[in-house]
Amino acid sequence: MRTPLSVRMFQSLPRTAWLALAIFAAIAWIAIPAAHLLLPESSPFHVSAYTVTLLGKILCYAVVAVAMDLIWGYAGILSLGHGVFFALGGYAFGMYLMRQIGTDGSYGVALPDFMVFLDWKALPWFWVGSDSFLWALIMVVAVPGLLAFVFGWFAFRSRIKGVYFSIITQALTYATMLLFFRNETGFGGNNGFTDFKRILGYDITSPQMRLVLFGLSAALLIAVLILGRYLVTSKFGRVLAAIRDAESRVRFIGYQPTQYKLAIWTLSAVLCALAGALYVPQVGIINPSEMSPANSIEIAVWVAVGGRGTLIGGVIGAFIVNLAKSFFTVSFPDYWLFFLGFLFIGVTLFLPDGVVGLWRKLRGKRAIEDTDTPTETPADAKGASA
Amino acid sequence: MSTALSQKLDAVSGNASGGHRVNPGELDLSHKVILYLDGISVSFDGFKALNDLSLTIDAGELRAIIGPNGAGKTTMMDVITGKTRPDSGTAFFGQSLDLTRMNEPEIAHAGIGRKFQKPTIFEQLTVFENLELAMKTDKRVWKSLFAQLASDERDRVADTLQRIRLVDEADRLAGLLSHGQKQWLEIGMLLMQEPRLLLLDEPVAGMTDEETERTAELFVSLAGKHSLVVVEHDMAFVEALGGKVTVLHEGAVLAEGDLATVQNDARVIEVYLGR
Amino acid sequence: MRCVGSGQQLKRSNIMPPSLFHRLRLLCLVLCCTIGAAHAAPSPETLAKMAEDDSDSRIEAIAELGAEGSAQSVAVLDALADEALALTGAGRLVILTDTGALDAATGAAIDPYPDDADALMINNRIRRALQSAKAATNIRATDRSTRLAAALQLRDGADEALMPLLEPALAAEQDKEIRAILALAVARVNLASELPAKRTRAAELLGDSADASVKFMLTALLEKDGNGQFAEPDAGVRAAAKASINAIERRLAIADLASTAFTGLSLGSILLLAALGLAITYGVMGVINMAHGELLMVGAYATYVVQGLFRTHLPEYIDSYVIAAVPVAFFTAAAVGMLMERTVIRWLYGRPLETLLATWGLSLVLIQTARVIFGPQNVEVANPAWMSGGVSTYADIVLPWNRLVIIGFAIFVLLLVWLMMQKTRLGMFVRAVTQNRAMAGCVGVPTARIDTLAFGIGAGIAGLGGCALSQVANVGPAMGQGYIVDSFMVVVLGGVGQLAGAVTAAMGLGLMTKILEGWAGAVVAKILVLVFIIIFIQKRPQGLFALKGRFVED
Repeated sequence: MRTPLSVRMFQSLPRTAWLALAIFAAIAWIAIPAAHLLLPESSPFHVSAYTVTLLGKILCYAVVAVAMDLIWGYAGILSLGHGVFFALGGYAFGMYLMRQIGTDGSYGVALPDFMVFLDWKALPWFWVGSDSFLWALIMVVAVPGLLAFVFGWFAFRSRIKGVYFSIITQALTYATMLLFFRNETGFGGNNGFTDFKRILGYDITSPQMRLVLFGLSAALLIAVLILGRYLVTSKFGRVLAAIRDAESRVRFIGYQPTQYKLAIWTLSAVLCALAGALYVPQVGIINPSEMSPANSIEIAVWVAVGGRGTLIGGVIGAFIVNLAKSFFTVSFPDYWLFFLGFLFIGVTLFLPDGVVGLWRKLRGKRAIEDTDTPTETPADAKGASA
Repeated sequence: MSTALSQKLDAVSGNASGGHRVNPGELDLSHKVILYLDGISVSFDGFKALNDLSLTIDAGELRAIIGPNGAGKTTMMDVITGKTRPDSGTAFFGQSLDLTRMNEPEIAHAGIGRKFQKPTIFEQLTVFENLELAMKTDKRVWKSLFAQLASDERDRVADTLQRIRLVDEADRLAGLLSHGQKQWLEIGMLLMQEPRLLLLDEPVAGMTDEETERTAELFVSLAGKHSLVVVEHDMAFVEALGGKVTVLHEGAVLAEGDLATVQNDARVIEVYLGR
Repeated sequence: MRCVGSGQQLKRSNIMPPSLFHRLRLLCLVLCCTIGAAHAAPSPETLAKMAEDDSDSRIEAIAELGAEGSAQSVAVLDALADEALALTGAGRLVILTDTGALDAATGAAIDPYPDDADALMINNRIRRALQSAKAATNIRATDRSTRLAAALQLRDGADEALMPLLEPALAAEQDKEIRAILALAVARVNLASELPAKRTRAAELLGDSADASVKFMLTALLEKDGNGQFAEPDAGVRAAAKASINAIERRLAIADLASTAFTGLSLGSILLLAALGLAITYGVMGVINMAHGELLMVGAYATYVVQGLFRTHLPEYIDSYVIAAVPVAFFTAAAVGMLMERTVIRWLYGRPLETLLATWGLSLVLIQTARVIFGPQNVEVANPAWMSGGVSTYADIVLPWNRLVIIGFAIFVLLLVWLMMQKTRLGMFVRAVTQNRAMAGCVGVPTARIDTLAFGIGAGIAGLGGCALSQVANVGPAMGQGYIVDSFMVVVLGGVGQLAGAVTAAMGLGLMTKILEGWAGAVVAKILVLVFIIIFIQKRPQGLFALKGRFVED
């Protein structure tokens, strides 16, 4: 009777989705590396280092978008502070990267350059262990996870929701940004971390490392999509949808909405942090401006553009907006903000279900509002009740 | 014998050693009373919504509560279900559960189900899923992550679907149901919770006469196994329920008894017709 | 808040601002030239000392000239200060002017121009002596502010040489404030006296000061040198000094508190101005307007444009441009706001999260528009002359005019909003529509028009806030972003739809920020305030002034 978890996870995605993921994996893990390493630069199919980095970066953003969709699209909680978790993940891994520079910095000593500049003599206590790769991975998950847990615990416990919650998450990222701007905080102030040299002793700028990071980003995205799909089709996901619809009813039938929200909120934050940790070595810099409220709210627009309540929508939105961004900022820098601004307005006014919703409508399928409710369970139910 | 062990044995054998003991968190109906409200007062910015309200409901009883607007009916339900904390007074579920110290999900777990005045169901989920979520089971996060419907659970949902006459609507989105159907679905969700005490706030508002009649039948059939407290304005419905009636006025009990007695009470007539 | 910190001008100053001092000096020069013409001329002995190439004798000469105080002496001192006092080859002192040369002793013109005149060099010691001497001459001026400035100068830098001057000046002075300052100056000099009784008296007198430097001076008396000897040998003097130190510390503490309270209120009124518009659009209408900060920006740029128009077309009335800018800022921002409502916000009522995103988009468009029109740099908006400077009060605290004006303006706008919401038909309509849209429509309220107008008013109030902000903070395309979080905090903390709540929240946040700033620095203060708000909202999700009971829907 009981189906093993792995099977259920497998079943939670339709066959076409598995096919799409397989094609995506083949492109990310085989085609792009081959085109980057093997084809000569003169070939029209050569993928440049710039493109690999750009795509890798957007893959990280896509993970963030899916994480955002999990809480916004499925649980109805709009966070305007997800940038802080992304950045904290980045900082946690950045600390390790700074330590990997070793004595190759401008001052030729083991301390990171900015500490020498501040005339510090030793590493502060919270840098202890940062030279260990394993420790860095633990911190990537633990620090943003703990922050999200504590913040969420306070917020959900006192039933802060809707716009109030959005505003205080914005205050959270703003406050953290101010904190990280200070030199005394110990994370490089304005300039943050940069000039990375190595990961695990390997050159961070080599094409191989670039492809490894890119491949890992793709793997993370695939994993997050499968996990996300499983979650939203499980009973857990249905409770979340129920909380979004009528939270007090959920409480009166005996669920603790606080715990459900806290679980998905913390998970979402941790996913963002993982994306941040992969993002930093690819772009080679992390600084407090990643935590600016504008960055966090942009994440919401990726999801809105793609279509919220559809995990793939986040991925599509992240790609559309960020490809447009790299196009505009290079070709028409003055118009980028106009484009982004009108995108915010246009999507909310004319495309409430995003690109995915539009596509469904064009295909004549009745767009299921907000959620893509699983179709298996009711069908089974009918069988049982008949 | 160690104390811990003796307590365990006591618990197993009920009230073995004289005075009765209960496990904390379990309903104790040893005095045949399921709900005690004593001296409850609630005020909002100076307005006394409940004023020294005292009320007891026996186990298995079907009680109707009537009263003019603002008499404190909904506030009373809020207090019982933990949504509102009283300024003073005590509220016990059975002999041992202090409702004023529990939150909504804990109270729901203890066995009190509530239907709101305005039907609140999960409009974006199907009828089946609405019932599935309400079903009495382990409702913690970790369990729900890996939960699967067992066949007996499926049967229970199907059973309830039949009782509330929504078999054909099982996989429709609940938001698409008619108003009366939504009321029935909400009642169905209450049943899935298997509560000992059901609080029903105007359950037949917006129903057709036929639906109202069927609802009354359903409630009467539930009494005995469950205890029901029904707030209603519809006197025909109250009559059909046939139980004891309590009249609330200005946050306190004005009269109590069977419908005929209450209807002939001078103060009740004054409250409803006077002024 | 970030922009505001740098603008805080408030300080307890011992030194006059240089420009003001310069102006006073000019003024006094004119006065002395006209009034003091009848006085005697500087003595030849004094001038001889001045002619010697020795700083000590020159300083003596300067003190003598100051004490003598005739118009000609003042002219010589001024010339020395301007390095226009010169010595000819023949050893004669002359004053060089743009047109010729004057004799230092008489002021008579010298013809022919002495080609071999060599200007006297001045060093820092001489400069200090000059300042004291200047003050000594000014202490006799008829103009009160000149005397006050001179008295302050003497208090901070008097030495024994000026005693013969100080005591008669103290005796002659009628003004209470100046008397007090002069008494301090005398006490300060007397502290160095050889007579313990005089020193005791001086130490007691210094207790009237509210000046940290006086405190240090007194503290120095109580210190022991390497041999365990007190700097001040007399125990009586030490006791007097101790008592005076306590008195000064008490006064300083009060002054500190008062100045924190003032800066706090000033920041609070800025926050209030920034948040009032939002109190209408969000608090009353429930529209989450993330472009609110940009409406502030529109108001600020409107002020900038008005300033520019006055500069080019009405330069003689430039000081009143701010008055003209107030209505312009209101109507410009209101127009932008109504346009926003008509085109975007109207379609999103009842969908707060979508409104949030769309208005964020609007804010991006407005920012970029400002960049395209006015350039990416901050623009300069100047305070009109009547708003510069300040009022000095207790313990030398200077309350800058622009801050005072802003506090007053905040009260004015608050009153305006209150009147509009409570006393006008429009306000009644707005409240009716926001409480029950359908019902209001049924009784004939044109709901759509009311929405537009109400949003326009909220935007206009934001424009007024922007106009006020332009006087104390930077004006640039991104200025609005700095206020959006703060504004929401004020509205949320105060309780949605509650004007009294917004006022309390703004003032409370202002005071709290300033108190914490004094204790932990600006950034940490800001973070602590945000953390406080987050915790506060936990405890009272409905804000300070919340509705309770049936009105609160889950």
